[in-house]
Amino acid sequence: MLSVIWETEGLQTVGIVLLVFASIKLLHMLGLISFSEDSIEDELELSTVRHRPEGLEQLEAQTRFSRKELQILYRGFKNECPSGVVNEDTFKEIYAQFFPQGDASTYAHFLFNAFDTDHNGSLSFEDFVMGLSILLRGTVQEKLNWAFNLYDINKDGYITKEEMLDIMKAIYDMMGKCTYPVLKEETPRQHVEVFFQKMDKNKDGVVTIDEFIDCCQNDENIMRSMHIFENVL
Amino acid sequence: MATGTAAWLPFARAAAIGWMPVASCPMPLAPRDNSKKKDELIMLNVSGRRFQTWRTTLDRYPDTLLGSSEKDFFYNEEAKEYFFDRDPDVFRSILNFYRTGKLHYPRQECISAYDEELTFFGIIPEIIGDCCYEEYKDRKRENLERLQDDQEDNKDMKLPNMTIRETMWRAFENPHTSTMALVFYYVTGFFIAISVITNVVETVPCGATPHHKNMPCGERYTVAFFCMDTACVMIFTVEYLLRLFAAPSRYRFMRSVMSIIDVVAILPYYIGLVMSNNEDVSGAFVTLRVFRVFRIFKFSRHSQGLRILGYTLKSCASELGFLLFSLTMAIIIFATVMFYAEKGSSSSKFTSIPASFWYTIVTMTTLGYGDMVPKTIAGKIFGSICSLSGVLVIALPVPVIVSNFSRIYHQNQRADKRRAQKKTRQARIRIAKSGSANAFLASKHHGLLNELLELTGTEEDEQKLIRNTSLLESQHHHLLHCLEKTTAHEFVDEHMFEQNCLEEALQSYPSRSPSVSSQGSCTICCCGSRSTSRNTALHIQSSQLAVHPSSRSNLNLRAEDGSRVNCKGGQVTTAIISLPSPPSLAPHREGRHHPHHPTTTTIRPSHRGEHPRSPRASRPPQAPHPPASSRCPPSDRSLSVDRNF
Repeated sequence: MLSVIWETEGLQTVGIVLLVFASIKLLHMLGLISFSEDSIEDELELSTVRHRPEGLEQLEAQTRFSRKELQILYRGFKNECPSGVVNEDTFKEIYAQFFPQGDASTYAHFLFNAFDTDHNGSLSFEDFVMGLSILLRGTVQEKLNWAFNLYDINKDGYITKEEMLDIMKAIYDMMGKCTYPVLKEETPRQHVEVFFQKMDKNKDGVVTIDEFIDCCQNDENIMRSMHIFENVL
Repeated sequence: MATGTAAWLPFARAAAIGWMPVASCPMPLAPRDNSKKKDELIMLNVSGRRFQTWRTTLDRYPDTLLGSSEKDFFYNEEAKEYFFDRDPDVFRSILNFYRTGKLHYPRQECISAYDEELTFFGIIPEIIGDCCYEEYKDRKRENLERLQDDQEDNKDMKLPNMTIRETMWRAFENPHTSTMALVFYYVTGFFIAISVITNVVETVPCGATPHHKNMPCGERYTVAFFCMDTACVMIFTVEYLLRLFAAPSRYRFMRSVMSIIDVVAILPYYIGLVMSNNEDVSGAFVTLRVFRVFRIFKFSRHSQGLRILGYTLKSCASELGFLLFSLTMAIIIFATVMFYAEKGSSSSKFTSIPASFWYTIVTMTTLGYGDMVPKTIAGKIFGSICSLSGVLVIALPVPVIVSNFSRIYHQNQRADKRRAQKKTRQARIRIAKSGSANAFLASKHHGLLNELLELTGTEEDEQKLIRNTSLLESQHHHLLHCLEKTTAHEFVDEHMFEQNCLEEALQSYPSRSPSVSSQGSCTICCCGSRSTSRNTALHIQSSQLAVHPSSRSNLNLRAEDGSRVNCKGGQVTTAIISLPSPPSLAPHREGRHHPHHPTTTTIRPSHRGEHPRSPRASRPPQAPHPPASSRCPPSDRSLSVDRNF
């Protein structure tokens, strides 16, 4: 007898509890109540990311491009990125369009870090144009410096084998699967070995900037290839 | 490549310096950019509105008109700009495509106008951006459906030489094409109604008779109802068999929904005939009688609204399925909950979960019969939740179905409206077209009249008749004239041609001369060509010729008809008759002329009765030319001939 009463009462209680929870959830979903206070501020963040570059004269002074070239560069840059900055994902997308067969995202990541000299996570026009200035109009020394900076992932002044391996894998990733001869697992590693044998003079397992520059300057092929892209713009 | 990447290519190339130190092989040489053109601004003048852009912007898409050398065709030397005589509003979105790499479809433009512009500028519509692509595709589909509707209406036109089978099928499908079809349509509709009413009235209690209690009418007047049923089924069977015979693809017809409904409607009767009054099977037989109600679906051939409803339900099958599924889920959940909630209470009607289904359905559809009500508090709470959620679950898919129905219904309405307006539209278009043809014929008369007047010599009359036709018109007329000369046939207007055709047909009947077969062929090709194209139907106009009593000339004429290759032929003769004012002169003159040249083997126009018609494109047949050779220069010769009179 008692148990029957408790059964019904129990069920009623359960029902009421369920009802209360459901209505709270519904009101929360409808946005009438909010539990945490920081939901409102999320919306303000996205609207302030906009960047205007420094004046044309300043950029002219800082880089080796002429006024006209800067104008052309900026027009192209702004067309693609109307907000004035490139974030890493956009950068990866853009770079990936040039290498449809492979996966260029890893290399693009390294490239992004190399260009983003102030490491604020986004590439502004100044960064872009400074990098290009070095690459297209800089001395061989500067170019090699830039390349060293690219390889040195953690920017500690030394290129270790692991760093080099990462870079090499990224470069081979861009090739994709369909290559001739077929890409094997240890190809990047072998390539890294060859590189280190050439560059690492004192065989201490790392390549410093001086070793790097020295070695490159002694290599004819590398010297010649540095001048290939001089008339790009 | 998209525009952006074109701008970033120098960057990507520069970044390739990063590979140099690790390269295993020497690098290839870079291509030289010899065209060191400075980037310049191009002026594009589109119907007066000027657009300017960099040359490199346009060069991004070299396979379009603006990106290739094709635009040089539009270069205007004096103004140093490219001039396009196109719509400037649409050009805006086309130029934006070059600038941003994305093609947008402006919603207020007509889809076919937009398509034309895209084709003109060499841009494929598939690159329309995702933001606008759906809208574009929807509008294009609508337009296509509209055009298809217009084309389908042409099916109503009666093609000549249809077999009986095809005629019957057409009569069945489109009842308004002939009176027989209409009669058939109404008769079947009437019998369907009778059959349905009979089925319904059969079950009404008819009133007590002395020896029986209150019994339904069906059992009281068994014979009458049986006769009625037989008659209806006879009609339906005949109809079904006729449709089966006439169907172009019998297999497809038998699989179609309507034919299945037909079969299901008449089958119970036959099964009932075949089965004896066996007690076991009569139960099944009674069930079969239920299927007689399917006869009401035969009305869907008669009602377009029903067809639309059926089509809507078919096209919303997925929404209906979702509705059903979600309802089932909700019913099971709530029935279970209600059962357990009400289990405790005494004398509750919720004896099992399936028994609770009934309560749940009635509550969710907000019917609320009240035959089962919860008594416990928990039961009442859950019952109220059930009814609230029922409203939501049912209300959600219904608007989708409703909007689908509305769209299809309006589409049909539009089709009907278009069909109704079509006749007037086409009549107007025809008048406009024939206006231009008449212009040509009118100018011909005046031209010839001019020539005649030149010979007779009154200056004032000549100048009165020099119409100020525009250069374009005169060139067009000259072209038509050249065609006439090429084919040695002439343009005439519709009425004339129809008349001629009819008369040829009439004339061929009474004669039993040996050339009748050729005439028969003449008439056939005559009327055949009429149905194909009007403009090339050329027939000599000499409608003013009096019918000659002389059988000799008639016979001659027929023999000459036979010599005609095409059932057409003729020559321009005098232009004197071309003046609308004295039509009475013409027949007499021609009448006089004709007996003078009875034996000429020229191609002659056929006889005509007298038909007083005002703007006669009349060319009395005169000039005696040898048929095979020079047919071409009639006018001067005929003039000279006339002068002899």
